Amino acid sequence: MIISDLNIILPEIILSVYAMLALVGAVYTAKDELATTLCWLTSILFAIVAFWISSDSASAQTAFNGMFIDDGFARFAKVVILLSAAAVLVMSVDYMRRRDLMKFEYPILIVLAVVGMMMMVSSGNLMSLYMGLELQSLSLYVVASLRRDSVKSTEAGMKYFVLGALSSGLLLYGASLVYGYTGSTDFATIIQAAGHGGSIGLMIGLVLVIAGLAFKVSAVPFHMWTPDVYEGSPTPVTAFFATAPKVAAMALFARVMHDAFGNAKADWQQVIVLISLLSMFLGAVAAIGQTNIKRLMAYSSIAHMGYALMGLAAGTAYGVEAMLMYMTFYAIMNIGTFAFIMTMEKGGQPVTDIQSLNLLAKTKPGKALAVMVLMVSLAGIPGTIGFFGKLYVLQAAYGAGLLWLAIAGVIASVIGAYYYLRIIYLMWFGSEQDEALDDYSTPMLTAFVSVSAIATVVGIVNFFGLKGAAIAAAAALVQ
Amino acid sequence: MAGMILSIITFLPAVAALILLVFLRDDDEAAANNARWVALIATVITFVASLLMLGDFDPQNTGFQLVHEAEWVMGLTYKLGVDGISILFVMLTTFMMPLVIYASWGVTTRVKEYMVAFLLLETLMLGVFMALDLVLFYLFFEAGLIPMFLIIGIWGGKNRIYASFKFFLYTLLGSVLMLIAMIAMYADAGTADIPTLMTHQFGSEDFSVLGIHVVGGMQTLLFLAFFASFAVKMPMWPVHTWLPDAHVQAPTAGSVVLAAILLKMGGYGFLRFSLPMFPVGSAVMADLVFWMSAIAIVYTSLVALVQEDMKKLIAYSSVAHMGYVTMGVFAANQQGIDGAIFQMLSHGFISGALFLCVGVIYDRMHTREIDAYGGLVNRMPAYALIFMFFTMANVGLPGTSGFVGEFLTLMGIFQVNTWVALFATSGVILSAAYALWLYRRVVMGDLIKESLKSITDMGTRERVIFAPLIIMTLLLGVYPALALDVIAPAVENLVSNYNAALLDAGLGQVADAANAH
Repeated sequence: MIISDLNIILPEIILSVYAMLALVGAVYTAKDELATTLCWLTSILFAIVAFWISSDSASAQTAFNGMFIDDGFARFAKVVILLSAAAVLVMSVDYMRRRDLMKFEYPILIVLAVVGMMMMVSSGNLMSLYMGLELQSLSLYVVASLRRDSVKSTEAGMKYFVLGALSSGLLLYGASLVYGYTGSTDFATIIQAAGHGGSIGLMIGLVLVIAGLAFKVSAVPFHMWTPDVYEGSPTPVTAFFATAPKVAAMALFARVMHDAFGNAKADWQQVIVLISLLSMFLGAVAAIGQTNIKRLMAYSSIAHMGYALMGLAAGTAYGVEAMLMYMTFYAIMNIGTFAFIMTMEKGGQPVTDIQSLNLLAKTKPGKALAVMVLMVSLAGIPGTIGFFGKLYVLQAAYGAGLLWLAIAGVIASVIGAYYYLRIIYLMWFGSEQDEALDDYSTPMLTAFVSVSAIATVVGIVNFFGLKGAAIAAAAALVQ
Repeated sequence: MAGMILSIITFLPAVAALILLVFLRDDDEAAANNARWVALIATVITFVASLLMLGDFDPQNTGFQLVHEAEWVMGLTYKLGVDGISILFVMLTTFMMPLVIYASWGVTTRVKEYMVAFLLLETLMLGVFMALDLVLFYLFFEAGLIPMFLIIGIWGGKNRIYASFKFFLYTLLGSVLMLIAMIAMYADAGTADIPTLMTHQFGSEDFSVLGIHVVGGMQTLLFLAFFASFAVKMPMWPVHTWLPDAHVQAPTAGSVVLAAILLKMGGYGFLRFSLPMFPVGSAVMADLVFWMSAIAIVYTSLVALVQEDMKKLIAYSSVAHMGYVTMGVFAANQQGIDGAIFQMLSHGFISGALFLCVGVIYDRMHTREIDAYGGLVNRMPAYALIFMFFTMANVGLPGTSGFVGEFLTLMGIFQVNTWVALFATSGVILSAAYALWLYRRVVMGDLIKESLKSITDMGTRERVIFAPLIIMTLLLGVYPALALDVIAPAVENLVSNYNAALLDAGLGQVADAANAH
């Protein structure tokens, strides 16, 4: 029994053991000199594990009395998480080295965070959910303040920690209420209890759990930490925050809503509709005034979470499928965009002011073209996967009878198009200014920017063949 | 190969753009020249290919022809095809593009990007006219905004940033509601295939939304969502305000493409979606469209009278001429729709040529102020002649294509609504007023301005560009059957389906009234 359980969580065990071995090994040997090697090793390991999980065609199975669920949904999310984490690690090597941030803890903390995320998307119980969530969060708090001598970075870590602890508290309180009113922390039991009309206490618990999860996906009104953390953290860390944890949190959100509260759909649907609506509009409007590209991307990701939540709000299998595809596309676009932000330097120092992009197209037309494609895709203009992501969730919302939410969504997308266009405008026909960006890039970053730009356009041919997997994943979650 | 011809035509310019992007590295004059020639050759080959397509086309067959179909994602199909309504728009696009490229020979800043933008734009415009899948149509329709945004923004005039943003956001806002309507149609009919949707009957039972009684039910709502998009694109009064800004700031070639081709997407959309798919909605809303068109014709003509900027004047004149098109389309009879399509083609040649005329003197004097000119005939006789010809064509002088389109649409609307026809006809007089007055102020009189003393007449390249436009305007003016023979069978089919659908929906009296004529 135990052996078969362990067999199911073997990927997580391998990653955890690897993290511990790497930690001990690095402490007792060369310490930070090993960091670069560890980064590469970790990415390779991530890629191998991702490949292993994606080739696993076993039907859904559970371990440890339902604490841990290994189904198509979890596998899809895990592959996206692992691959985007691997991409960010590879991208960051050069940046971290040049800034003297290449500590051996960095890749190890990322591994631990990823293990936490994998636990999150596989959780079948409020206990394992919390375990995964905290393992992820604690690792991320530390990574956010990796640049210990920078006020902004430590501030980011601190803010993230305090607000994160608050949201964990809310989540825990919600979980205890849910336990109190259903008598179990097991999703399979909760869903049955929630089916019988659900008491008021259970509803309060549900809302508090949603609040905690909304914090993790940075949905309005729990988004306040996002711009500060994005701005303060070193750029590779921001890139990581923008991709893997968002995918994991969104998948966890879907998991809890459908597996634990699938019978109380009407109750959570209205809450998710509201936070989706608020996120789309706040993300679109608040980004307009931003001059720092990292803060701008923070608001952009808030808006994107709003759209992904729209898929979740539909409460259907199609909605979950749409959400998964949306998050996958979102990760691809964000990896490319942050790879570009890492190349933004002036006099050897990183800059994040969008004014420094002025007339980039004159000096670096290729790069400007790639960034334009990414921006167009983020804005959801047709001809890119960003558009199809939006189409997907809009279709899901319409199919679930949320017509007005879909209309609100497209209006928010027009407002949001403005700030993406502003970046294109600055790059292609801004005004002359004295100091242009340095002509800095590494082959690795160039490759990431161009590959993701090409992928956003070529992806519309067949969605990278992911559609079948997404349908299967959604079917595994929504019965 | 034969089945692929539409895809080849559509993507040929894009392939050329890709070649330019990948292989053209340098930034010197030789590279610029290479870019120009690659673009010109690509557009000419596209035109030749479209002639082959025209040769394969059978006007008597009212269905979609030369269809190319392939599986796509999300239950959609990649499907291209042409019928009598769309094929001439394809021809218009492929015909205008080489002229536009050749007219841009004088562009010297960032030539490679310029050509790439225009080539991509051509692919997207062609895709709009050929797409037979809702989402594919939307994709081409909206993606075209990006190259146009760059064209206005990079190569535009002083106030180009404002104009480019206004153009983009205005048209995007118009279109997103159409996207929602498309999702609704897909959900209702279970397919995004346009030919299937044309035979699908969308609900036309009245219902109430938020306490408002909606006559024509779902069809009216879908109609309005599409109308929001096409009316902006067209543009119709009162949502036309982006057009003068965009035109004034765009470079000459950008204005030509905008006036000659992009504006036609709205009219094409009405014919492809609104009339055949929502006949009841169209019938319910027709009166509104008529009066909006009549107001557009009279109001924008009056506005054109007081303009001081030549491009702005022609832009307002375009809005007025598009008023005839919307009027003709929703008259929903043979003459009206024939006339609307003909008017769009003819306006493509004439307004394109007028913007080129402005471009000719702008290149020399770098101003579009009407007051800065006068007496050009003394130094530029050839220019005066050509400008005269297109001014007259714009007014609708018999013998030019402008006359045929206006006459047919007016005849179509007269059978449906005499009062609207009366107002609209006054636009003919007003257009003569502003066009001839413009001509007099710019070309006639004595050459008294110092700055104009050394102005030179048109060169060979400029004359070569105008020649095909003059030929087409005259040819269609004296022998309209050339185009009408292609259009008529498809339109006949459209009109009879439309009337049958109205009879089915119990709106028979409307159809009877239309048939009685």
